[in-house]
Amino acid sequence: MAIAVATIVLVLLLLLPLVGILLRVDPAQVFQRLGEKPVLDALWLSVKTSTIVTVVVVCLGLPAAYLLATREFAGKRCLETLVDLPMILPPTVSGFALLMAFGRAGIAGKTLSLFGLSLPFTTLGVVVAQVFMAVPFFIGPARAGFASVEQRYLDAAATLRASPSHIFWRVMIPLSRGSLLAGAAMAWARALGEFGATITFAGNLPGRTQTMPLAVYLAMQDDLDRAATLSILLVTMAVILLLGLRRTGLGLFAPRRDATRQPA
Amino acid sequence: MGHQAWARAISRRNWFAILVPLAFASPLGAQSSSITVFAAASLTAAFTEIATRFETAGGPNVIFNFAGSQQLVAQLDQAAKVEVFASADQRWMDHARDAGRLAGPSTVFVRNRLVVITPRANPGGINRLEDLARPGKKLVLAAAMVPAGQYSRQVLTRLGRRPDFGANYPARVLANLVSEEDNVKAVVAKVQLGEADAGIVYRSDITPSIAREVSIIDLPDSANVIAQYPIAVLTTAPNPSAARAFVDFVLSREGQAILARYGFEPVSGK
Repeated sequence: MAIAVATIVLVLLLLLPLVGILLRVDPAQVFQRLGEKPVLDALWLSVKTSTIVTVVVVCLGLPAAYLLATREFAGKRCLETLVDLPMILPPTVSGFALLMAFGRAGIAGKTLSLFGLSLPFTTLGVVVAQVFMAVPFFIGPARAGFASVEQRYLDAAATLRASPSHIFWRVMIPLSRGSLLAGAAMAWARALGEFGATITFAGNLPGRTQTMPLAVYLAMQDDLDRAATLSILLVTMAVILLLGLRRTGLGLFAPRRDATRQPA
Repeated sequence: MGHQAWARAISRRNWFAILVPLAFASPLGAQSSSITVFAAASLTAAFTEIATRFETAGGPNVIFNFAGSQQLVAQLDQAAKVEVFASADQRWMDHARDAGRLAGPSTVFVRNRLVVITPRANPGGINRLEDLARPGKKLVLAAAMVPAGQYSRQVLTRLGRRPDFGANYPARVLANLVSEEDNVKAVVAKVQLGEADAGIVYRSDITPSIAREVSIIDLPDSANVIAQYPIAVLTTAPNPSAARAFVDFVLSREGQAILARYGFEPVSGK
């Protein structure tokens, strides 16, 4: 009885906001508004940056995930904490911290401007902010995936005289591809939904730094229909992502074989 | 007693008898001891001090929500129990009026002017208004829907009408826009941090601590806008007399003096 009540409350909590958005918008209106420049700008910017970010996060995160999963070394705890930090920090704090580091007057910012690179107020700044926030979401599942590869497969490959690089690319990665793909999907989703660090560090300019979450936030203040249109877009993308992952049966999102028992 | 004995003792009916009166008691208690005021972001420091004086003089506790006026109006649609709304421009007060939120007519309670600010280090080398139009500068403004953003664009348009600036001055300046913030305080922050080369904010935003970190470029009076801030009591006020008392205090000589100290321009004080 208590389980049923708690579950109903949970379902209502999660479902009502989604239903609320859907009810707010007239479907015909949504299609009409999808063609508006601010909506398209935000959509394109979001898709572009989140895709780039996912690639960057995977490239940067694979080595760290491998290290954390397979090696012991001095400072391992520090690396673990550091890698998890963006997940815990409030996004606006992250944005502020990014400004302190990469802003014009920041620690690394001065060096960057020597190379003609400026991050705040640029699309590249959006990418950096999103990478910062999304990294832990890839490294977590990736590390777990690597750690779950059974040692005997690695040993077998080694006895067949495979090089470490060959073992990594041809044995470890394929065996953990479910977790890797799930981690990449989480990172993509986190980048897509990133708001606080982006608006603080990269700013807000349509076409250059106004991603969909920023556009929703601004639109809520004077054009609720546009806010609803963008929100529905984001929800749809999230649902497609989740369903797609379940279908391919990958990693965290694989249909789980739950322990179902007959009631006593 | 054992756990089960307690549970029997406090049966379901008893819980209702205890909890329901409590639930009614707290909101009622809270209502007579606090009022909620939605005020434009630029009023943050001044209204906070006004509230302190108001409470010392015997008024109820004032709870604030400071944000861009456009955001406050959007929140009014969702919020119950807001007593007073102080907007940075008449446009958003009119929105609230058209939505049927005002209990009575609004009153202009203070005025404000705009200034251009640059970081003290002046990385963009902006020393005169004309420099804002030079290409490659990083200008931060409030978004057009924010009162400060609307006023800023009006000022640029007015400057464009002067022969020494030229008709394409506004366009060239706006080409340097790198970020549109949702309230004027965020514009101040970007300039203060040195990320923006320049921003347009209210004179009242130049607090003593901010003044140490930015340089000011004045706007000529003929091109400047005089921002009119209206204030009104709302229909949702649970405590209209307390709300009215707060508005009266803002309009009183003491309230106007506080506003003047924060860089605002008082309306003729009572």
